[in-house]
Amino acid sequence: MADASYPSELLYHPEHDWARVEGEEATLGITWYAQEQLGEVVFFEPPAPGTSVSKDAPYAEVESVKAVSDVIAPLSGEIVAVNEALADDPSAINEDPYGEGWLVRVRLSDPSERDALMDAASYSSSVGG
Amino acid sequence: MLKAIGVASVQEIFDRQVPAGVRLDRPLALPDGLPEQEVYEHLRALAERNTSAEQELSFLGAGFYDHYVPALVDMLCERSEFLTPYTPYQPEISQGGLQVMFEYQTAISELTALPVSNASVYEGPSAVAAAGYMAKLHNGRRRLVISGGVHPHTLQTLRTHARGYGMDLVEVPIRDAVTDARAWAEAIDADTSAAIFAQPNFYGAVEDAEALSAAARQRHDPVVVAQVDPIVLGVLRPPGECGVDVAVGEGQALGNRLDYGGPSFGLFAAREQFVRRMPGRIAGETTDLDGRRGFVLTLQTREQHIRRERATSNICTAQALNALAAVVYLSWLGRRGIVELGELLLARTAYARRALGSLEGVRPAHEQPVVREFALALDADVAAVRRRCAEQGINPGVDVQALSGRPQDQGLLLVALTERRSKSDIDRLAEVLGAAVAAEREAVGV
Repeated sequence: MADASYPSELLYHPEHDWARVEGEEATLGITWYAQEQLGEVVFFEPPAPGTSVSKDAPYAEVESVKAVSDVIAPLSGEIVAVNEALADDPSAINEDPYGEGWLVRVRLSDPSERDALMDAASYSSSVGG
Repeated sequence: MLKAIGVASVQEIFDRQVPAGVRLDRPLALPDGLPEQEVYEHLRALAERNTSAEQELSFLGAGFYDHYVPALVDMLCERSEFLTPYTPYQPEISQGGLQVMFEYQTAISELTALPVSNASVYEGPSAVAAAGYMAKLHNGRRRLVISGGVHPHTLQTLRTHARGYGMDLVEVPIRDAVTDARAWAEAIDADTSAAIFAQPNFYGAVEDAEALSAAARQRHDPVVVAQVDPIVLGVLRPPGECGVDVAVGEGQALGNRLDYGGPSFGLFAAREQFVRRMPGRIAGETTDLDGRRGFVLTLQTREQHIRRERATSNICTAQALNALAAVVYLSWLGRRGIVELGELLLARTAYARRALGSLEGVRPAHEQPVVREFALALDADVAAVRRRCAEQGINPGVDVQALSGRPQDQGLLLVALTERRSKSDIDRLAEVLGAAVAAEREAVGV
């Protein structure tokens, strides 16, 4: 994905993560800005399904050709699914960060946490976009 | 300067910074200085007290071995391009250095039958400790199960590191000189991160590596680690074909001399699933813009200059020169040569075990298969027997208990063979050892 994009239906965390909340579950990933800063992602190490994630704490690592970075959870919950397709080919994180490049799906433990997240407009302006 | 930093004297800096309880309240008790020539004589006299394997007939082993090192190794290692560099911080400029690492890794990978090797670590024991840490990163479990057949120094090193990793160490007893299979299986629980054994083990015995690996696999599937003697892999089935996940070991036997205990290097090879958790550097082959073959340091995101405190290791200084000696040595031996060397060690060791084990007051400590080293049980004090042998210019081997501290190792002598110890050397050892044991038994009235 060549140009900056921050879909309006998503919620955003200042550590450059997005959440798509659907009922009691949410799909998580990293933002266009994050993948642009990382460069070509070569490896994604997902957490095991069943593990707990806490808002603002790291739950996985993405490795690019330049660096290894923590992925921060925008919301708390329990991992119910991980994007297995990224194990063999993590390039979707760069090419389609909000679609095929999703990272994990969690069952939310405190849905009210979403109130602390940013909408697309505030996140976009926070990254100068 | 003192004024600028706001103190009246140098002493005041110490007074303020160093607690009184740890300060020495008198000058260091050092002798006066000596003229250079006297220092030279003093050091020469000290150096003369050393004995090398060139001066006595040595059957010492237990991890370090007196193999012949061909002149080719020195000739290539002494080239300044290899001899002088420190760890390469701009590695791709030194294509030769990277190619050597790559060739070394290829050789270790072929020897161990494991697909990934790093460019070496410090030495054998720290390689085992690094494997334990890698296992923790891999599966997040907290216990290390280790065979009592692993070298005592390795056990000690692992114990020291394990504490820092927040891991517990469980030692599995040995039975008839090999890992007790039942105790091994029972020790491996759901929180066991790695299961570690030595091949051959500290007593020279060849372990049933396939059975140990399979038992671990069935019991909660920890990372299976084998500490191997690389020089016998021409005749023993390689770890990768025995179900082992990680092969580590002391590399000294490959082209490095004894050198009074070092430096040497540790080898570290593993299955591909561990590649992002491996310690140390890894050289990779690639092509440049024009399609020509070239070499890079690959997977550097594991390393400390990128991953900082969460790096897979903090090994900064390369053992690249020692690893270079190993790859030159292995190239010199060749695929056929390492098999022939292994066969020669098997034959000499079998001969020595028979010749020495049939002496009066001496018997083999166990009947397990051996390759290049075996333990004898002496019916006499081992230290006294070794002293008697030394008077005849022979070092008959390692006093096992002195090294392990284990009560059950009393009376054990560990004898190692290399291709430098001929049949007539073995006959000479038999003669001197037999006489020493007899004299010692007589002296104490057996």
